[in-house]
Amino acid sequence: MTKTTRMNAEQAMHLALREEMQRDADVLLMGEGVATKQRDLVAAFGTDRVRNTPLAEAIIAGTAVGAAASGLRPVIDLLFAPFMAYAMDALVNSAGKLRYLSGGQFEFPLVAIGMTGTGWCVGAQHNHNLEAMFVHTPGLKVVMPAEPADFKGLLKAAIRDDNPVLFFADLALLHQEGEVPDADDFIVPLGKAALRRPGDDVTLVSYAKTVGVCLEAARQLEDQGISAEVIDLRSLKPLDEDAVLRSVRKTGRLVIVHEASGLCGIAAELAALAATKAFAALRAPVVRLTGPDAPMASSWVLEQTAVPKPEAVTDAVLELIAYDHSTPTWLGEALPAGSRSEEPVLMKAY
Amino acid sequence: MDQDPINAAGPLRRLETMLLIRAYEDQLVELQRNGAPGTCTSVGQEACAVGVVEALDARDRIVSNHRSAGHLIARGADPHRLMAEVLGRVDGYCGGRSGSLHISARELGVVLTSTIVGGELSLAPGVALAQKMGKGEPGGIVAVFFGDGAACEGIFHEALNLAVHWQLPMLFVCENNQWQAFVHRLETMADTAIAEWARGHGLPVATVDGNDVEAVHDAAAAAVASIRATGRPQFLELSTYRQRGHFEPDDQAYVDPAELQVWLTRDPIRRQHERLLELGHIDAAGLAAMARRTRTRIETALAFAQASAWPAPDSLLEHVYA
Repeated sequence: MTKTTRMNAEQAMHLALREEMQRDADVLLMGEGVATKQRDLVAAFGTDRVRNTPLAEAIIAGTAVGAAASGLRPVIDLLFAPFMAYAMDALVNSAGKLRYLSGGQFEFPLVAIGMTGTGWCVGAQHNHNLEAMFVHTPGLKVVMPAEPADFKGLLKAAIRDDNPVLFFADLALLHQEGEVPDADDFIVPLGKAALRRPGDDVTLVSYAKTVGVCLEAARQLEDQGISAEVIDLRSLKPLDEDAVLRSVRKTGRLVIVHEASGLCGIAAELAALAATKAFAALRAPVVRLTGPDAPMASSWVLEQTAVPKPEAVTDAVLELIAYDHSTPTWLGEALPAGSRSEEPVLMKAY
Repeated sequence: MDQDPINAAGPLRRLETMLLIRAYEDQLVELQRNGAPGTCTSVGQEACAVGVVEALDARDRIVSNHRSAGHLIARGADPHRLMAEVLGRVDGYCGGRSGSLHISARELGVVLTSTIVGGELSLAPGVALAQKMGKGEPGGIVAVFFGDGAACEGIFHEALNLAVHWQLPMLFVCENNQWQAFVHRLETMADTAIAEWARGHGLPVATVDGNDVEAVHDAAAAAVASIRATGRPQFLELSTYRQRGHFEPDDQAYVDPAELQVWLTRDPIRRQHERLLELGHIDAAGLAAMARRTRTRIETALAFAQASAWPAPDSLLEHVYA
């Protein structure tokens, strides 16, 4: 039996950092406030390895890239994901490309952490789920966990990986608790999805906070006699195509749910995957439930309206179950993003 | 500069290296006329590269930019492999994936090259941090080359600020070549801005005639010694001129011919050669022999590159991920 401790996702990330810094003297942590907020790491590893930086994302990321190419394994905390826009040259043009352009002369083992997602009403310049941008960038890996154990295991795997990894932390999940394995060799490999709930009638695929939305939808569907399988991608790149295809070939129905906007997003990629590699198994069109092509509002009501809700998922599934090939309808257009319920269901902040 | 004829070896070597860089880039321009991939040359800036790189040693690391031919050749890069890289062949330093613009050669300590103006400034502090934290050889420093265009990027200030505050062993080398792609720098900045900005960040600054290879070498050697002794960064502003266009081919229609003419009379190779003739370190026959030697090396390099194999198409996806 694996020994575990109950903690929240933020604590799980901290534990991962601490364990990896203990294990490998080349790991260093840089960012605006990392030393201020994590005094225990400074005490354990010193100010050389836990470095507060200027509030200047471009040089934080650039310095990490240069250091990674020179034998260190930097972890940078860029605070909020939209701040990565200032770090794009270092992350995209340097970290993602210079290994390839140099003919494999260099490795860039670095991790860039950014928080994002709804739930804190921080508005669009602190809340922008831009993970698909980085999935679209060669040379980078991207993860976005849903459970505290994965926050620990994926961060440790990201630090040990020899490639640049973007680690997105969903704001609304940071204070949710779960059982986290104690073992300091506990790793969640990059590129492996998790089956959160087995089912036979429909496959619900998601990542980060909308995994919870899918699980809630699956419970509601069970009451109606529908068995939904829920897959948590965890890693967006590499993407665990096999896990999705295996499930879709079994259920014949696919609903993909995420908070990021839909255009050219993860759901679009998975819809294409299903159409390309599981076409014969599909019994109904693929449905995408995503955030809208709009900046995130701060107002609680508007913010929550932008997030797919369990009711939207169950509605979509019911339509898929009822779908008849002889009288096709365009399901996707009938389903607006977000919820039809009036109550915010994800977080009761106030 | 050392005027003792017995110790003329350094100045003569620097002249020959500048000639080699010039011959190499002239060859690239010629290739480009015949349809080879374009390049950003550093013609006219050879003294900056040679003067600074000769002041470094094997412990040191170089971070460069898109006008990197001089830095690479001064560091001892093999023109055969450089030319093969430009032509996209397997024997290039980067297996043909870089072309002329992003060449790096880890074995030479030319560790990273960014063509994004300012990108080199973002990367260099991290290389220096690794040196400082024991990843390089003891006493090693990092020299980063960039231009006046990069000095107008915000990252210039971020890099200088971090290097000063974290006490990184870095030599910032601004090759102020007067041109920012297709715009003369005096359209975008005050004449004396670069050195003043660096001073404002707290770096010791030397402003040097970048077309005088001995002056550059002396200033770089002094700066390098000081960086090694103190562990703190220094700044060199080298005043020079980009004699050719931004990117081949370029008719330079936007260049004031009178200004170009003035700078051609200050050509760094011509100056070194006149100086060495005057000092009696070399004679006309010696110069001709040197020029022939460098041209032959480049001709041989071209033949090698053209004979080198193309990368296998099925190697397309190699090196994307570690």
